[in-house]
Amino acid sequence: MFESLGDAVERAEALAISLGELALRTEVEEGLRTREEVEAALARALEVMRNAVERGLPGDLRSVSGLVGGDAARLTHPVGPLAGTVFTDVIASALAVQEVNAAMGVIVAAPTAGGAGVLPGVLLGLAKHRSTTDADLIRALATAGLVGAVVAVRASLSGAEGGCQAETGAAAGMAAAAGIELLGGTPTEAAHAVALTMQGTLGLVCDPLGGLVEVPCVYRNATGGAMALAGIEMSLAGVRFPIPVDEVIDTMGEIGRSMDVRYRETAGGGLAATPTGRRLAKERLVQLKGKGGNQRPQQ
Amino acid sequence: MVSLLDIIGPVMVGPSSSHTAGACRIGLFARGLVDGNPERAKVELHGSFARTGTGHGTDRAIVGGLLGFYPDDERLRASLDLAAAAGLEVSFANVRLRGEHHPNTARITLWRGSQEVAVTGSSLGAGRILVTAIDGFPVEVTGAFPTLVFVAQDVPGIVAGVSTALARQGDNIATMRVSRRQKGGEAIHIYELDQAISAPALEAIRALPAVRMIRAIPRIA
Repeated sequence: MFESLGDAVERAEALAISLGELALRTEVEEGLRTREEVEAALARALEVMRNAVERGLPGDLRSVSGLVGGDAARLTHPVGPLAGTVFTDVIASALAVQEVNAAMGVIVAAPTAGGAGVLPGVLLGLAKHRSTTDADLIRALATAGLVGAVVAVRASLSGAEGGCQAETGAAAGMAAAAGIELLGGTPTEAAHAVALTMQGTLGLVCDPLGGLVEVPCVYRNATGGAMALAGIEMSLAGVRFPIPVDEVIDTMGEIGRSMDVRYRETAGGGLAATPTGRRLAKERLVQLKGKGGNQRPQQ
Repeated sequence: MVSLLDIIGPVMVGPSSSHTAGACRIGLFARGLVDGNPERAKVELHGSFARTGTGHGTDRAIVGGLLGFYPDDERLRASLDLAAAAGLEVSFANVRLRGEHHPNTARITLWRGSQEVAVTGSSLGAGRILVTAIDGFPVEVTGAFPTLVFVAQDVPGIVAGVSTALARQGDNIATMRVSRRQKGGEAIHIYELDQAISAPALEAIRALPAVRMIRAIPRIA
């Protein structure tokens, strides 16, 4: 796959094809799989994403520790100024998928399990308000995959390496490009949507309570979706970010490398280290140990 | 080379690719070494697996793997109960393993009939694993290929016998590694193959006089 989003955009525009189509062709040209195999795998990912949104929205799931669950359901009856718009559908879907993830349900790691809500949130939220086909959504997933591949090579997709900017931040960048693809935008618009989105997630730390993929991860998937919507809206309106997208991605990697270890998934800093964060983690972990002890047959 | 499907995937039971999907794969690999449902398992969790494993479902994911469930199987969530129903008795302990280990590491000891095997495996991130020890032999196995594992007397000619048996059936070797604890004792042989080993090749290798234990482990990643 590509190591530069700038190169990919140039190539797609030269061929007069979308980034998603370019991603699918490149995957096949690299010889690992046929076009049918790639599309079938992405179709399965799409189905799992849809099922996860449906599974999460009713709100009857609790996470393993009991810290999260049921918030996606609140967004199915939004009362704020954005009620009934794409915005509330995107954040409801993102919360739903991440609540399913926290409850040990089935999700698509895209790019990781911790950031798995952003991409389905944005794509399925948008799809609810547009007429789209599965083929459109599959091409949009391929676009997201191309962006993620560039981020993987130039920066990182791991919270332990680069903080949350590398997980929900990368997912938001991927979702922004995928959203542009779904809405019929150009490769240049997709690249600017990624840059406009990821400039807003730079520096985001990974600070989960107790080290669990629950708080703030569930909520950060929703705000990641919101960032992607902002990037999409600005780019489609003609806003052009002055720093090229590859340099924004490189910046994310550079910030990640210099980020203190406390902010890289160790629960040593950020929200995890607040008095309440520490108390909740302690209570829940103690409770888990008690519960586990009853369930486990002893020798 | 990064594939689109490395980024959009894997499909997995949450919440963490390293603590859940990778842990499940370590269990699956260990199960392969006793060739079926173990009767008893001792699971020792090291590092981050010990600190946050319960909240990430690492315990359930490993036990699910021991029962033959893959990372996308929803039964992982209920595996502790399903283990009891399947006659698998499991005990857990948090430990600090000696030597250098990745933070997400588990040592699993399994008993099935007269078999006993100990496996150490690490979850490297994004669901990828590395098995680093089998019965005290240092190894490096990823589970990304169908894998042939056997223990044999450390005598000359074994590798030739194995490669002949595989070549005769058209089974191609992707990687191979032999390691031993001491000269002239026993050595462990690990062959990663492009396809699952054919039955005649497996039987031919099993029939080599020096070979003691032999297992064909399916691709688990």
